[in-house]
Amino acid sequence: MNDISQAFAKAIQLITQLDANLLEIVSLSMRVSLTSVLIASLIGLPLGAALALYKFPGRGFFVVLLNAFMGLPPVVVGLIVYLMLSRSGPLGVLGLLFTPTAMIIAQTCLITPIIAALARQTIMDANVEYHEQLRALGAKSFRIMKTLLWETKYSLLTSVFAGFGRATAEVGAVLIVGGNINHATRVMTTAIALETRKGDIELALALGIILIVISLILTTIVMNIRDAAYKYYN
Amino acid sequence: MHNVSTLPLHINHLHVTRKGNLLLCDIDYSIDTAGVTVILGPNGAGKSLLLQVAHGLVAPDEGDLKWNTLSPHPQQSWRAFVFQKPVLLRRSVRANLGYVLSLHKVEKSKHHELIEEALEQTGLAKLAERNARVLSGGEQQRLSIARAWVLKPKVILLDEPTAELDPAGTAAVECLIETIAQQDTKILMTTHDLGQARRLASDILFLHQGRLVEFSPAQNFFQQPQTEAAQKFIAGKLLNGGQKK
Ligand SMILES: Nc1ncnc2c1ncn2[C@@H]1O[C@H](COP(=O)(O)OP(=O)(O)O)[C@@H](O)[C@H]1O
Ligand SMILES: [Mg+2]
Repeated sequence: MNDISQAFAKAIQLITQLDANLLEIVSLSMRVSLTSVLIASLIGLPLGAALALYKFPGRGFFVVLLNAFMGLPPVVVGLIVYLMLSRSGPLGVLGLLFTPTAMIIAQTCLITPIIAALARQTIMDANVEYHEQLRALGAKSFRIMKTLLWETKYSLLTSVFAGFGRATAEVGAVLIVGGNINHATRVMTTAIALETRKGDIELALALGIILIVISLILTTIVMNIRDAAYKYYN
Repeated sequence: MHNVSTLPLHINHLHVTRKGNLLLCDIDYSIDTAGVTVILGPNGAGKSLLLQVAHGLVAPDEGDLKWNTLSPHPQQSWRAFVFQKPVLLRRSVRANLGYVLSLHKVEKSKHHELIEEALEQTGLAKLAERNARVLSGGEQQRLSIARAWVLKPKVILLDEPTAELDPAGTAAVECLIETIAQQDTKILMTTHDLGQARRLASDILFLHQGRLVEFSPAQNFFQQPQTEAAQKFIAGKLLNGGQKK
């Protein structure tokens, strides 16, 4: 019991003293997850909207695939990206394995389907309401897509946050393609997963606290967006 | 703004079929009068469908409809369509009007003046910065008409524009329609409301079961309806004009 409270005190100390090692890990985590969520949004939002609005051969199959990928375990995504990037893989020559770039690729693969699938549902619902009206106003299909993306920006933003939440919380993908290398690819979740075992409980605990705080902040932001949007429209 | 002539409206042996039902049957007529033409008829007669064909939203299966020589498609900015229940964008009243102008690539320098004018016309100037989604039903419909009016169209099509409104809202919208018609914009609108047709129409197309059964100047229509269906409708005995299945 005493051990745990001591570890907890030290963890708090690490945080309040802005320990260099801790900061490095947190900032790499943020850099990887924010970059991933940015790329995933740039791909996923238009992709989801296009799947909602355009008919093309194979669309049904694509939608099934997207929804299946949405629930894919991070380790599986990590494994696939690993195979792609490993020296004998098709992208092996790039030498990206065990770099932050590889981690960004893996997380982007993990959350793009989530953002795209949620966006598709949102845009489909909005389209039921708007389509006839926008068409009658003279909007062509691409303009309809842009308008719907803007009209639903608050729900889309919550989807983006859902993607970010998933990215910061997952261990499997970044562990497999990143390798938890100190000062290179060690992020919050991989540090917790591997350092605890090695006895660095203070660091793990400090990172755990930070993850909880991030999760609380995310939830608060999402709730506030929803509230504000609700008040604005009703 | 628009260098086209839109009248007469030629409707040539127009047929619309859906799922084996003949919804509009051999509509054949030309409209060359300015003012307010009302498509009148009971529910299900095919009024909305005819109006949608006139805006290019529904393609006829046979025959055609032409504004003078032009086939309608919704991207023509000289004609606007107002729905019974408008869908407004989640932004300010002013931005809703700006959206339509940008949609039709109207020069930015002209936006301000056109928007102010439309706001003034429709009595929405004080609500310009208000979010369109929080307006009352009557205000929403006036904004929807402003959204049509802001393009200075030569034709406005309105589908039962007051069906969702209370008497005060209805009166305001009717007043607006009259004002617009006086400014040289052709109005083609549908209603199932006899009173409204009497108040607004300069001429009437009476639709029943997908057919155009009577067309005449409004006065003649109400004083001497020629067909049994029209007589019954005016007497309030004909309430359903849907297709016989
Ligand atoms: N897209 C469609 N598919 C099948 N039936 C339709 C469609 N649109 C309208 N109808 C039918 O056509 C008839 C006329 O509809 P509508 O033009 O809306 O009537 P009105 O506006 O006069 O009340 C109705 O019986 C309606 O159910
Ligand atoms: Mg109708």
